[in-house]
Amino acid sequence: MLEIEICGVEFKNPVFLAAGVMGETGGALKRMAKNGAGAVCTKSLGLEKRSGHRNPTIVEVEGGFLNAMGLPNPGVKEYIRELEGIRDYLKKIDVKIIGSIYGRDPEEFSEVAEILEPYVDLLELNISCPHAGGGYGAQIGQDPDLSYKVVSSVRDRVEIPVMVKLTPNVRDIKEIAVAVVDGGADAITAINTLGPGMAIDIKTGRPILGNKFGGMSGKAIKPIALRCVYEIYSVVDVPIVGVGGITTGYDVVEFMMAGATAVQVGTGVYYRGYDIFYKICKELEEYLVENNVKIKDILGRAHEL
Amino acid sequence: MERPEICKIKEIVVETPTVKTFILDRKFLFRPGQFAMLWLPGVDEKPFGYSSDRSFTVAKVGRFTEAMHNLKEGDLIGVRGPYGTSFEPLGDRILGVAGGIGAVPVVTAVEEFSRKGFEVTTILGACTKEELLFVERFRRCGELILCTDDGTLGYHGFTTEMLERLLREDDKFDLIITCGPELMMKKVVEIGRRYNIPVQVSLERYMKCGIGLCGHCALDDEGLCVCKDGPVFWEDKLRYISEFGRYRRDGSGSKKLI
Ligand SMILES: Cc1cc2nc3c(=O)[nH]c(=O)nc-3n(C[C@H](O)[C@H](O)[C@H](O)COP(=O)(O)OP(=O)(O)OC[C@H]3O[C@@H](n4cnc5c(N)ncnc54)[C@H](O)[C@@H]3O)c2cc1C
Ligand SMILES: Cc1cc2nc3c(=O)[nH]c(=O)nc-3n(C[C@H](O)[C@H](O)[C@H](O)COP(=O)(O)O)c2cc1C
Repeated sequence: MLEIEICGVEFKNPVFLAAGVMGETGGALKRMAKNGAGAVCTKSLGLEKRSGHRNPTIVEVEGGFLNAMGLPNPGVKEYIRELEGIRDYLKKIDVKIIGSIYGRDPEEFSEVAEILEPYVDLLELNISCPHAGGGYGAQIGQDPDLSYKVVSSVRDRVEIPVMVKLTPNVRDIKEIAVAVVDGGADAITAINTLGPGMAIDIKTGRPILGNKFGGMSGKAIKPIALRCVYEIYSVVDVPIVGVGGITTGYDVVEFMMAGATAVQVGTGVYYRGYDIFYKICKELEEYLVENNVKIKDILGRAHEL
Repeated sequence: MERPEICKIKEIVVETPTVKTFILDRKFLFRPGQFAMLWLPGVDEKPFGYSSDRSFTVAKVGRFTEAMHNLKEGDLIGVRGPYGTSFEPLGDRILGVAGGIGAVPVVTAVEEFSRKGFEVTTILGACTKEELLFVERFRRCGELILCTDDGTLGYHGFTTEMLERLLREDDKFDLIITCGPELMMKKVVEIGRRYNIPVQVSLERYMKCGIGLCGHCALDDEGLCVCKDGPVFWEDKLRYISEFGRYRRDGSGSKKLI
């Protein structure tokens, strides 16, 4: 009942693990897979190893969290060994792997994509991290031309479906969505964290995050993520994966009505535990049964006049 | 709210040439073995076990701990916690095995256990006499057996050799709790299995968020997080922690052999 398909890849359910949460090791991904995720997404991977920003890398604020992990990862060549260790098991329990990647320019993105391709079912291009700096992340995703170039370069170099993850921190997300689809994106993930924002400790007068600024995630960003999905759906035809503040099956219904075929859950893991994937799937299924509808019936429904 | 709470340092105690205790101006409710993320604004934020309901005890090993050692009374630090699992008492007779800075969670545990009426024995080890930590606190809880690698005090050798000797004479312990270098703990677990005594170990891995979200301290093969599912693990869970005693990951997630 919850099965869906995106770019020819079939998923047993539409509730995926978002990039950067419980994705640093193969074991962590395996655990989320066992907790009912339809797909798991790796930590964003780059060509070289990176330690990320200094702690604190995360701080809670009203309605969510700010994080500035700074894209820590051991480099794609070492990380693929994490995937080698879990890939047969994930295949057995029918959980797909999304490989999230970042790079400085089209060439770097493409190199990482080629190395990772044999180990994942889909790629997700992170052109949207708001706190990476140095020409990475949102510095690409806020520029339609650069976004187009990155996507088309990767699209030319790999066979598997390419999803592109967008930042909400732009004047017009529709413009970026159109640019990445023109560049060959097979699907769009929206959104990455909002902001960046900051939190200051008033006793010491110091910014709490090591990086001072961090992207906002969690419940408070849901309305913005929903609006982004709605707008993207209105201008492109590729499938959309909604992410941002999702914690319940009812949130998923809302995202589907805005136009998302599937969703990802990140910070929700903190609010409802690692088994949040089971919980959300159960609530979604209950909704569908009670209202006697299928996923395809509610997909994009909020756009009907 | 998962935010650091700012505390003032009331007193600094020099415990050993490399270890200082920072006594803070407030009391914490914690269970022995739990930890907090300590924040030095502008420096970093790292995990440390509670050494009492108002203190942390820090060994100088690198950049952050060096900055801690440079603090003075009256300085401010942020405390975010308590996090993680704790040592749990079981049976009547409990044996603690502590190596080096691993004495921190073990001393808080045996203090609580002896207060609750359990019979406590501790094997405490360090590289040399001056580095033995909390000797008086351990002694007040029950029998204390000291070991030094260089033989400057107590048994000349490792805590695990002493453990073997002790159990050969008297193996009627209901539980072993241990914290120290990972290879020491691995040995303790092997010995515990041989004598059929359950063991609880306190693990260390590179931590970032401390609340089970980022997954940096997730352990192979099942993704148990040291910050949330640990740091204290029952020995039977170690079957699902294949990296125990073999490797750990650094700040980038890259594997390093132990
Ligand atoms: C649950 C737990 C409880 C701890 N309790 C104590 C304690 O009571 N007293 C004490 O002195 N030490 C304790 N530690 C170890 C302490 O966190 C490290 O010594 C400290 O982080 C080193 O930082 P540094 O910058 O001085 O050294 P670095 O040079 O950065 O590192 C020295 C070693 O410390 C480890 N380390 C560095 N950063 C981290 C990190 N963010 N998380 C975990 N390990 C790290 C690394 O493995 C490294 O090999 C504990 C660790 C954990 C995980
Ligand atoms: C701790 C943390 C780390 C993250 N790391 C990444 C990352 O490496 N790559 C990425 O594309 N998004 C990353 N994100 C963003 C999430 O994937 C997601 O887009 C965002 O958090 C909004 O969803 P949520 O409210 O469900 O968390 C991270 C989020 C958090 C909280």
